[in-house]
Amino acid sequence: MASTPVDDTPQGEPLVYVYEAPVRLWHWVNATAITLLFVTGYLIGSPPPSLNGEPSAHYLFGWIRFIHFSCGQIMAVGIIFRFYWSFVGNYFSREIIRPPVLSRKFWKGVMLETKSYALAEHSSRRYVGHNPLAILSMHVLFVWVAVFMVVTGLALYGEGEGPGWIHTVFTGPVLLLFGNNSLTVHTWHHFGMWAMVIFVLVHIYAAVREDILSREAIITSMISGWRKARKVTPID
Amino acid sequence: MATETFYDVMRRQGITRRSFTKFCSLTAAALGLPPAYAAEIQNAMETKPRIPVLWMHGLECTCCSESFIRSGHPLAKDVILSMISLDYDDTLMAAAGHQAEAIVQETIQKYDGNFILAVEGNPPLNQEGMSCIIGGRPFLEQLKEAADHCKAIISWGSCASWGCVQAARPNPTQATPVHKVPGLADKPIIKVPGCPPIAEVMTAVIAYILTFERFPELDLQGRPKMFYSQRIHDKCYRRPHFDAGQFVEHFDDEGARKGYCLYKVGCKGPTTYNACSTVRWNGGLSFPIQAGHPCIGCSEDGFWDKGSFYNRLVDVNGFGIEANADKIGVTAAGAVGIATAAHAAASAVRRARQKAGDEPAKAHDFEGQN
Ligand code: HEM
Ligand code: HEM
Ligand code: SF4
Ligand code: SF4
Repeated sequence: MASTPVDDTPQGEPLVYVYEAPVRLWHWVNATAITLLFVTGYLIGSPPPSLNGEPSAHYLFGWIRFIHFSCGQIMAVGIIFRFYWSFVGNYFSREIIRPPVLSRKFWKGVMLETKSYALAEHSSRRYVGHNPLAILSMHVLFVWVAVFMVVTGLALYGEGEGPGWIHTVFTGPVLLLFGNNSLTVHTWHHFGMWAMVIFVLVHIYAAVREDILSREAIITSMISGWRKARKVTPID
Repeated sequence: MATETFYDVMRRQGITRRSFTKFCSLTAAALGLPPAYAAEIQNAMETKPRIPVLWMHGLECTCCSESFIRSGHPLAKDVILSMISLDYDDTLMAAAGHQAEAIVQETIQKYDGNFILAVEGNPPLNQEGMSCIIGGRPFLEQLKEAADHCKAIISWGSCASWGCVQAARPNPTQATPVHKVPGLADKPIIKVPGCPPIAEVMTAVIAYILTFERFPELDLQGRPKMFYSQRIHDKCYRRPHFDAGQFVEHFDDEGARKGYCLYKVGCKGPTTYNACSTVRWNGGLSFPIQAGHPCIGCSEDGFWDKGSFYNRLVDVNGFGIEANADKIGVTAAGAVGIATAAHAAASAVRRARQKAGDEPAKAHDFEGQN
């Protein structure tokens, strides 16, 4: 574990700087962007009731799509930044982006946490950052789904843009992958939204639950960055 | 005879020089080429020997031929028809039966490696191709033989390009688009999809190939870029209504009368690559959306298997019941929501029991080290 700044609470429990400022900033920017992407994406699939009057007087669907594309681009840049940060940031910045999938201990941790969440037994382990099960679910349900959404989203975006680098890098290859059919890409991008909704549901539930059960300020750790350490288990 | 040029053929067909010149500028324009190219096309046609075309029909409905011979500009139609001379086209030619089949053999021998093979429709592979017999033998064989000897292949329409309705799930005859036919000679293929393709697109493509003796620039999927690089939606004249958020909700509502965007009644314009909204149909008269009907995506691979033409969200197969991404997503998210609520309740009960001392709490005997 690289240099992790440690401080002490008044009670003598060590405090660990888990989430560095860029990670926290990214988390909330990303969460805001994704929330807006849900709303606007859903409306792109099922538009609001039709408006009357001259078309020149309205730009409703245009704005919905504009917000979707802007947030999409913010999210895309965020994901790239977060990947970069997993190399230059602290130990915890690596956890969900590049989990230790080759470590047996990691998988044992996943098993133990699964049992604990199944309320079958108590986990006897404590982790300063995410627990192994959280890492796994964030890696699969968040990181991969986010990459999928960015890639398919940019592919759809490139269709509207027409010939250009986005079209060359994303639209062409993605269309080939999805059987040459843009409609299929739309459908899978739409499925991706529901996968992300499921992640967010479980994620917020787990954060709130942990905040209550562990008697630790889990949620504020994503605001301040600091978390109580006590005795902890490394993930790998 | 051997050195007959395109121009000679046209003159023989009674086309005036004036018409011929007009045709050349028209084609250059349709192809998006600068005006100087009109002269180049003209020159090529006057000097080059015409290239013979074999036009074969597999499993199809002949809509490509029907579209082709109705090319909006009568001039284009006459010129092109005489130009490609259709050495063999079982729908259009006068010969029939054995005589017709003999022409195929003759062309293959005489112009080995030099003729263009235009394919309308596709071969079924199951039962050794028995579902489509031409002149007493499977079309599959005829196609393979012609492909062995041709210079290049034009896949006309969505059948030859993608499979189309005869390839719809479960595709009992295993109708297969030309480029996927196993064992077919490796020849350059240009796809001109659409059900049918627009006549002007067909004539322009063939004029290009015959005059320049090469394909126009193709996209990743093998379609000519000049006609298939934009979606219907990109140039649709109803687009301002789309951006404004003005949609037809039902075919008999006020929006339909006012010509609002057809997105909500299933328009596939945003996912369809074709030239309908620019070139239009019947000599630029109109196109489906202009007539008030949503685009069904007829030039797209797989358009026949995507459920209703009138839904925005397509049906997803493989879920047994009719379902789209939203129905499946809401169900899954709902199930997860219920599971979380149940888990929350169970966690709370457990906590209360622990506090009451019913269960030993192990949560605090930590192991490991920092
Ligand atoms: C669209 C919504 C959201 C998304 C996509 C999202 C995504 C994420 C991701 C990817 C992480 C891992 C951070 C890292 O290690 O780099 C994370 C952590 C965290 N998020 Fe969110 N988040 C969302 C909303 C929220 C909300 C609303 C809350 C507050 C209730 C929250 C609280 C937290 C906390 C406390 C952590 C640290 C969790 C832990 O250590 O296990 N998130 N989130
Ligand atoms: C979690 C993130 C995202 C969610 C939940 C989401 C959701 C959606 C949904 C539900 C649709 C409608 C699909 C349909 O039924 O046709 C859509 C369309 C689209 N999304 Fe996203 N999206 C996300 C990220 C992105 C990103 C990163 C981009 C990239 C810029 C993007 C670009 C697009 C585009 C271009 C469309 C098509 C719009 C149109 O056809 O008018 N999306 N999105
Ligand atoms: S009618 Fe179809 S192609 Fe035209 S703007 Fe609406 S969705 Fe796009
Ligand atoms: S508007 Fe759409 S469905 Fe109609 S002919 Fe053109 S591509 Fe085919």
